Amino acid sequence: MEKKYGAYICTGCGIGDALDIEALAKAAKSQGMEAKTHDALCSAAGRELIENDITNDGVNTIVVCACSPRVMKDEFNFGDDKYVTRANLREGAAWCAEEVTESRSAEKVKEFATEKGQDYVRMACVQAKKGDVPDPYKLETINKKILVMGGGIAGMTAAMEASKAGYAVTIIEAQDKLGGKALGWRKQFPTAAPWTDLEEPTVQAMVDAVQAEAAITLKTSTEVARIAGAPGAYKVTLKAAGTASDWDAPKKVGVDEQDKISKGEMEDPNAGLQPYMADDASAEDFGAVVLATGWNPADVSEYAHLGYGKLKGVVTNAEFEKLAKTGKVPANVAFVQSPGGAEHDQDFPYCNSVTSMVALKQAQYVREDNAAGKAYVLYQHMRTPGNMEMFYKGAQNNDGIFMTKATVTQVEESGNGLAVHLKDTLLNEDVTLNVDMVVLAAGMVPTTSDKPTINLAYRQGPSFLDLELFDGYADSHFICFPYETRRTGVYACGGVRKAMNMEETIDDACGAALKAIQSIESADRGVAVHPRSNDGTYPEFFFQRCTQCKRCTEECPFGALDDDEKGTPKPNPTRCRRCGTCMGACPERIIGFKNYNIDQVGSMVKSIEVPDDDEDKLRIIVFACENDAYPALDMAAMRKLPQNALIRVVSVRCLGSVNMAWIKDALSAGMDGALMLGCKFGDDYQCHFVKGSELADKRMANIGETLGSLGLEPERCAVRQVAINEYNTVDAIINEFVEAIVDLGPNPFKGF
Amino acid sequence: MTDERSAPAGAVLVVGGGISGLTAALEAAEVGKDVFLIERNPYLGGRVAQLNQYFPKLCPPSCGLEINFQRVKSNRRVRVYTMTEVKSVSGGPGNYQVTLESKPRFINNNCTACGACADACPDERDNDFNFGMDKSKAVYKPHDMAFPMKYVLDKSACSAAGLQAVKEACKYDAVDLDMAPKEFTVDVSAIVWATGWNPYDPTKMTNLKYDSSNAIITNMMMERLAAPNGPTGGKILRPGDNKEPASFAFVQCAGSRDENHLEYCSYICCMASMKQINYIREQYPTAKITVFYIDLRTPGKYEKFREKLMTDANITWVKGKVADIVAEADGSVTLVAENAVTGEKIKETVDLAILATGMEPAAKAQAAALGLSVDSNGFILADVNGGMVSAGCAKKAADVVTCAQSATAAAMKAIQASRR
Repeated sequence: MEKKYGAYICTGCGIGDALDIEALAKAAKSQGMEAKTHDALCSAAGRELIENDITNDGVNTIVVCACSPRVMKDEFNFGDDKYVTRANLREGAAWCAEEVTESRSAEKVKEFATEKGQDYVRMACVQAKKGDVPDPYKLETINKKILVMGGGIAGMTAAMEASKAGYAVTIIEAQDKLGGKALGWRKQFPTAAPWTDLEEPTVQAMVDAVQAEAAITLKTSTEVARIAGAPGAYKVTLKAAGTASDWDAPKKVGVDEQDKISKGEMEDPNAGLQPYMADDASAEDFGAVVLATGWNPADVSEYAHLGYGKLKGVVTNAEFEKLAKTGKVPANVAFVQSPGGAEHDQDFPYCNSVTSMVALKQAQYVREDNAAGKAYVLYQHMRTPGNMEMFYKGAQNNDGIFMTKATVTQVEESGNGLAVHLKDTLLNEDVTLNVDMVVLAAGMVPTTSDKPTINLAYRQGPSFLDLELFDGYADSHFICFPYETRRTGVYACGGVRKAMNMEETIDDACGAALKAIQSIESADRGVAVHPRSNDGTYPEFFFQRCTQCKRCTEECPFGALDDDEKGTPKPNPTRCRRCGTCMGACPERIIGFKNYNIDQVGSMVKSIEVPDDDEDKLRIIVFACENDAYPALDMAAMRKLPQNALIRVVSVRCLGSVNMAWIKDALSAGMDGALMLGCKFGDDYQCHFVKGSELADKRMANIGETLGSLGLEPERCAVRQVAINEYNTVDAIINEFVEAIVDLGPNPFKGF
Repeated sequence: MTDERSAPAGAVLVVGGGISGLTAALEAAEVGKDVFLIERNPYLGGRVAQLNQYFPKLCPPSCGLEINFQRVKSNRRVRVYTMTEVKSVSGGPGNYQVTLESKPRFINNNCTACGACADACPDERDNDFNFGMDKSKAVYKPHDMAFPMKYVLDKSACSAAGLQAVKEACKYDAVDLDMAPKEFTVDVSAIVWATGWNPYDPTKMTNLKYDSSNAIITNMMMERLAAPNGPTGGKILRPGDNKEPASFAFVQCAGSRDENHLEYCSYICCMASMKQINYIREQYPTAKITVFYIDLRTPGKYEKFREKLMTDANITWVKGKVADIVAEADGSVTLVAENAVTGEKIKETVDLAILATGMEPAAKAQAAALGLSVDSNGFILADVNGGMVSAGCAKKAADVVTCAQSATAAAMKAIQASRR
């Protein structure tokens, strides 16, 4: 597109008072743009000024120098074919101007704020010149069928819901029939008010409904060997359950390992398997995947004092359910919820609240099967959240069910039965119960805890990553976004992601089916899914200059990049979440987006004017994460808190996208320091691209060495963690960094 | 974005702009559905906008709201109407006519949020966002991340001179004192009720004597006290005398699990109190804290969060329900309880008592008038015919993760209904 520029400066909201508007116009002129001014650019009259230029002069690239890009987005949206850049004069320069004090005159404050504003104008002009409107990536053909792995409650629900929304589904189930664990239940928890009574199982009705649904294809006794491809274009190889296939998903082989394998120093773990990039001509096409492979009962033999595996009559809740389903349960049964003895009061691992509910359910079987039956539910903390409290209350009203907080110190043989020794009960004394059977509340271990399960044929390996953060569950790290995982197009639900009851599972599976549909429809429109939903850009590679260093394929948080045998990346744009981590990683600077690329941001940095003879006017470049640090700066400015006058802020998609070239650009242009403001990292990371700020921190450590070798102090570059609500303290974080730079003195290369 | 475009066929109405409503609206819109999102407050974000941090990550809810607001801004399929409520519903699945009413904001879309009106305004109002613990100007921005980023005028709190000052201060002709309520009708194929919850009224528990002392606050007030944009700038101080408390008590199940109040468990209060203990520990590392509870409901991965606190020697955990709270002359309060395990009677005097008040469905009173089916506790049930569906805490007491799951599921149900 031939560009026709229009630059506009708003003088409203105090901009005209705090900044010298003529000087701002000169800054635009230095970039070859005649800026027009208006006292309320966002008003109808202001926008008309711009719209007239679009209509009359064919302006298609618009530089709006006004408020923060976070606000007035709709007001300054002139259509998808117009490229708009924003200079943040209001929050970025005017509202965060320094305080006028005895030692800081109003003239000085305005001078410094104006220089900041001028730089933001220049940067926005350069951004307009070097960027373009998105040109969405479209798959040549898209497949909209959904693969559901697992035919239990979760899988059947996901399949039914997706089919009701008009999508074809294939369910694969490793067992020879549908239904999963629920087939073995004698009764199920209440699913409706008054929430007190057990219900007859509904699983068979669900199975019948699924079997009757024409849009659902069933494949029992089947497993996934591998899933290759990307949302909208998955290629899935299926196999008979329990068999090995040469199409089984290869294990991850890292760069170093591959090196050793090539040299014959290490055995190839994937010997005999098809390479991960091999094309299986008989694979089936799918658009998205729902993972609903469920859970397995946990092993509870490690708790010696409870006697499982040694004492006859000590069973797990899963074993007790089987007994109850097929026959009569004993008359005197103790249900143990917490295995910690005197050590701790936690439930069994992998429990969640489900096992409390199971004990209450199974206690009722004791009463149903035995006129004088007695069930003892022994808990540290009864976990029946929400409406399940009424189920608990109902059990309390059952004469033969006894419930108490208790520390179970020992289970031992006693006559024909078992003796259960208790401390710290609500009876205010130690108690020994004589029972026929002891039921341990074993947890629900997800199928992902020890096997990849999802079996992806990806460069980064077949599994979800970092599941140890969630005890092996395929869960999300994000409280607001429970379906986000690091594998776009694959959505987990049910017991594989958390120990949950049937009611929760049905909701979860319904949501997962929606996310699967959404990923397909987004791929079809050529836009990203969460968190940069609707983003029509995608990373483009200039392969001629690729050195096959593999950093992009290794560092992509979403495993979007595969590679060929030489190591040249193979992008899968529909897996991509547009964070730009690949762009930040690339030492050859060959990766970029239409509206966000190395040359563009580097040129913006270089457009900042660096006075080479004024020690009061050092310049610090700040790369701020657009989701947390940048809004924090914005909100600080809205509160009219002063910000350091020496900083120049660039909003970035993620710190992971910051290429070290930009830092070098800044320092070689004579700027005195570079600060990256990103999200908290560590186990409770807040980065919505998972690793961005952590990666930036690692890259910074490396660049520090480079700087050292150039004779520059490594302290001139740093990463700081800022949460979005730290608007009251973000300036202190910046000031501390800037003061350290001031102490170091100007960049010795300034002026060269 | 807010505009007056007419309703496209097959659109979905989402009632409530908290985390559940926002999620339902965005998940449906990102599949390709047109959505009307209405919210009673002048801002989106609902209860989570008032929270300081989420458990168990202790991350700020505004982070997720920022992403969601950017999603709204970049999606023209979502039409947002704040200060808007449902007046009536007719029709059926696939074809509802819903009459909506927008209250006047008295500030029009010209507002740039520059704040000149508030600077000029001489009048103040009780700040309901902070549960009345401070005042805001009568013309105000609801909070730092308010969406839409526009001021609101509380005309009833403004003197005639104040109104004139506000009007004159605005350079952008954004103050419209004659704005009237507006009624309009939308045709939609499905309705998602995501009307959320209110904190249970603490005065209803007469034994806890909420009104007797400033030293008795609710857990939602504690969120505001700890929040950097709260009435104390994030410093946990006793309301009234701004004392730095040396001792705290948490009263769990304040209203919940109680046949006389809320018979259900409110799901979040145990974790919320433990989260708030973390707030206290940041500011008062050795303050004495007592927690009165029935059960500590920290299942699954939340056990780890609890375990960290169990090793804190200055926290006492008492299994027992608080029977009485007595206001003391020095501003403190004495909590009376019985330890259920030891049988011991306990009297604990603290500087600040936090009632872990439960969740009451917000649409409870309105449900009958709108023909919604609700359970005995006022939670909204899905319509068996499929066109009406509830999400989040309008459906059942739940944490944020569960709300987002149920809202995503509700988006699916709405999409199915729109295929009719």
